[in-house]
Amino acid sequence: MNMLLQKDREFMLPARTTFIAGSLLAALLFNGLPWSGIWLALRPDMVALVLLYWCTHKPHRIGIGIAWLIGILADVADASLFGQHALAYTVLAFGGIVLHRRVQMFNLRQQTLQVFVLLLASYSAYAAVHLQVQGRVAWTYMIGSVTSALLWPALTLLLQALRHPRGSSERP
Amino acid sequence: MDHTGSVKFFNRGPSPVVRLVFFSLLSLLLLFIDSRHQYLESTRSVLSTLIYPLQRLTAVPSMLWREADEFFTTQTHLARDNAQLRAQHATDAARALQLQGLIAENARLRSMLEMRERLDLPLQPAEVLYTERDPSRHKLLVRAGAQANVAAGQAVLDDNGVVGQVTRVLPLLSEVTLITDKDHEVPVQVLRNGLRMILFGSGNANELELRYTPVTADIQEGDTLISSGIDGTYPPGLPVAKVTRVERDPAYPFARVQCVPVTGVNNQHWLFILSSLEKLPPRPETAPEPPPAKAKKVGKAPQ
Repeated sequence: MNMLLQKDREFMLPARTTFIAGSLLAALLFNGLPWSGIWLALRPDMVALVLLYWCTHKPHRIGIGIAWLIGILADVADASLFGQHALAYTVLAFGGIVLHRRVQMFNLRQQTLQVFVLLLASYSAYAAVHLQVQGRVAWTYMIGSVTSALLWPALTLLLQALRHPRGSSERP
Repeated sequence: MDHTGSVKFFNRGPSPVVRLVFFSLLSLLLLFIDSRHQYLESTRSVLSTLIYPLQRLTAVPSMLWREADEFFTTQTHLARDNAQLRAQHATDAARALQLQGLIAENARLRSMLEMRERLDLPLQPAEVLYTERDPSRHKLLVRAGAQANVAAGQAVLDDNGVVGQVTRVLPLLSEVTLITDKDHEVPVQVLRNGLRMILFGSGNANELELRYTPVTADIQEGDTLISSGIDGTYPPGLPVAKVTRVERDPAYPFARVQCVPVTGVNNQHWLFILSSLEKLPPRPETAPEPPPAKAKKVGKAPQ
């Protein structure tokens, strides 16, 4: 019971708008680093992860609309077709918002599995567009969704640590 | 009240399913428009200007790394580099001397033959900002855009030869499609005998292909391919690729010819954009000139 309460408190933590925007910007920055070769395939989609984090933790603040906007920005940054990332992130945000109560009930390890399924759904939206436009399935990005899912616990802990106001360090 | 509550549209507006459908349809619409038409280029350039600072920031780590690397370069390394550059310079200087003479001689000969002067090549350096994420599309974004008078269709070179061409221009950046891109072709000539061909990108970083080469074509391993300049995009005479493998199978009408680009297409930091902007306007006037040449070409080699 105590554990549940504590977990609930994690989800109830306030989040400043600047912090949310900053984390999304940092994620865009991370995705924009000059990745190449094998690292490109392994690269976790940080934007998707951060979006999913906010969709599950603050579903009333970050919704499908914002996910779509971020997707458009990602499209421009990537020089890919308009709407490709936007569609993928829309699907992702929808999954996150629909499942946010369920994700809140699980611990981090169990969350990872849920998140992986959501990332796969988002990947398949991206890959479907890729297939339609380029005529090939982009298998290499699937590895990226695995590494993204594996990074979920670390990212959650990081963002939660950052969200704690500096004064209140009395958490158990 | 309704107007002040417009922010709440995203808070407690339509259900997630409705929003999912709406934004998915919007994305699909955008995808359709963007893949079929060119209407969205202005939107793209506005957005790209917005996120340009972000993109500059992403280049900072690698820049810091390079600078740190330079800072810790050892003295022996520098000395060796210096010696190498000196030797190179001596050779180049000798070559340049010869070149002066050759240029003068060439000009004389050309004027004798009443041929159009070969274009002088104004080059504009451009820094590679980053590569595209999709590994199958060989594209780069370089830091020179419409503000630097870059225009789509201009050729991009490095110090060894042809790298690609500018395919999309944004206000501060431009997108360069490399010659190794799957949908890219370069008209080339074999340096040894002047055979004209078209060089196709393969989608692999180190591979190019001469398609539709007749089995009997005079082409050998080790041949150098230079741009023929027929398309008007690439200036003539620049090295493009080297033939690595020629496979002649009598069962097929065409030989399989594989080449590698002469430039390290993927490992350059500075590229040069051939700013032919001043030369562009006169081109329509000279357009009537090429057709006879083209007709001659068609007569020689149907490709």
